Amino acid sequence: MSDYHIEGQQFESSIGFVETQSVEFSSLPLDSGLTLAPVTIAYETYGTLNSDRSNAVLLLHALSGDAHAAGYHPGDAKPGWWDMMIGPGRAFDTDKYFMICSNVIGGCSGSSGPGSVDPATGREYGLRFPVVTVPDMVRAQKLLLDHVGIDRLLTVSGGSMGGMQALQWVTGYPEMVSSCIPIATTHRHSPMQIAFNEVGRQAIMKDPNWRGGDYYGQTPPDSGLAVARMIGHVTYLSDESMQDKFGRRLRDKEVLGYDFTLDFEVESYLKHQGEVFTRRFDANTYLYITKALDYFDLANGRGTLVEAFGDVAPETRFLSIAFSSDWLYPPYQSKEIVRGLKGNGLDCTYVDIHSSFGHDAFLVETDQQTHVISHFLDVTARRLRARSA
Amino acid sequence: MMGLSNAPAPAPYPADTIARNPHGERLDHVFIVDLVEPGSRVLDLGCGRGTLLKMLVDKKQVRGTGVEIAEERVYAAVEKGLSVYHGDIDEGLSDYPDAMFDYVLLSQTLQQARQTVLLMRDALRVGHRLVVSFPNFGHWRPRLHLLLRGRAPVTHSLPYEWYDTPNIHSLTVKDFRLFADAQGMRVVRSFFIGRTGEAHVWPNLRAEHAVFVLEAGVGYNDPIHAGP
Repeated sequence: MSDYHIEGQQFESSIGFVETQSVEFSSLPLDSGLTLAPVTIAYETYGTLNSDRSNAVLLLHALSGDAHAAGYHPGDAKPGWWDMMIGPGRAFDTDKYFMICSNVIGGCSGSSGPGSVDPATGREYGLRFPVVTVPDMVRAQKLLLDHVGIDRLLTVSGGSMGGMQALQWVTGYPEMVSSCIPIATTHRHSPMQIAFNEVGRQAIMKDPNWRGGDYYGQTPPDSGLAVARMIGHVTYLSDESMQDKFGRRLRDKEVLGYDFTLDFEVESYLKHQGEVFTRRFDANTYLYITKALDYFDLANGRGTLVEAFGDVAPETRFLSIAFSSDWLYPPYQSKEIVRGLKGNGLDCTYVDIHSSFGHDAFLVETDQQTHVISHFLDVTARRLRARSA
Repeated sequence: MMGLSNAPAPAPYPADTIARNPHGERLDHVFIVDLVEPGSRVLDLGCGRGTLLKMLVDKKQVRGTGVEIAEERVYAAVEKGLSVYHGDIDEGLSDYPDAMFDYVLLSQTLQQARQTVLLMRDALRVGHRLVVSFPNFGHWRPRLHLLLRGRAPVTHSLPYEWYDTPNIHSLTVKDFRLFADAQGMRVVRSFFIGRTGEAHVWPNLRAEHAVFVLEAGVGYNDPIHAGP
């Protein structure tokens, strides 16, 4: 996802300062057959858990996200990645719900990842870090929820890779989840999605500074990571949004340069996005997370998608959201998810939000998402109360 | 609410002219709400802003879901607490297993659907009963309009010019009965609405709107009906 700064966003209307917490667990068995030990998980919480612990919402981040979904860290100019969606009166209303968001394992923002120190060697893991999957990420989050004392989730929600985790949650722990809001996502990565990720990985691994992943303490493979981010960033935009934002405008020049310095505004923008990204993201994590995305196939080993949703509790509610100009995770992929749900007679709302912002729309189109999510959560909470009464 | 969608505004809602009771409820809606048994499972194809489905949920505690193509109307239905699929009615229907619903509603939708036969057959596959309502072109006003003025009817219940109508099928009460019969569908109930109230005498002349309740009839699954 992109680094968006929404115009007119005020610190005053946000939830204010927040803090990332951290917890360590002894070990986590992984899909690969390996075990990750120990496991650190970084997380943030917003709002208050109610007395019967029925208002917990698990928010799940995308490829480049982290535990910091909302509010500000001291000294930060920008709030968390989904700030406009989280807070008093917002979609995930901190006056009503208790939100929890953690950095995925394999990440580079506080949770165990390839940049963490391997206790066996005393050095950073690098590629000795085990390959993790979306189900592994979810199992790690389950450890966290057990630690926090939450055994019931009002909803699980996220965009892109966050949506995949949400789907994994509702199928992996159906007894815990009352509703699921997968956004701009898929039940399995398509060849096109895998292809873009592989281009990004190759850019990193071809950077001489990558050194087989053992670059910690030395010059990191920033140019490779920046190129990976540039290609990724293009897939988050749309033809229309790039037309609107850049057109064919030239950058700091009146005429074409007839050389290979930057000519166009869009080139300069991508270069900037790539460079900024290297300051906050670890190249090895980019390899691990994109690999987890590519491996994701919800029905893998469980037959059809309809069968994959077969264990979901019948009263579970779904809200599937897609965006009309999202060509990375196109609406047809969300419709496939809905088809699998309908095949089980599950209660599902599907909205294809008209937007020109491409895949990034899930971070930008907050009005429409706020409308549907807040009403959806109201009904979900009301039904839950009616059932437990 | 208005202006929430970035999408182009949808076509005007075709059924605003249907007669209402003193509570402001449309008579076709009242008939359908009376018809449906409490706790039924209902699929409303072309649910619009969800007015009918919300009545069914509130008064008959149905387990309902709607299908609607216009984004703005989907938001309005979600605001009512309803579950809605944003898309074409065809794709909204085909993914359901057999016999998922007690009632499938085509309320003021059939005249705008392209694949009439496939749609109705698929509706009777996923639902036990099919409720269809539509504006009646056999009403005396459109008949007179065409006869005396020699122009395509623009009337109270059919308020569109030929070049600007969402109705791609023009049908009468009699047309529909013949069609249902030919399809092996049995008419279980029917209800006819005139300008101000029910019109059960000479409905094809006096009804502006008709509501039919259909089930699979004897021989419905015979090969003669099974294909389009």
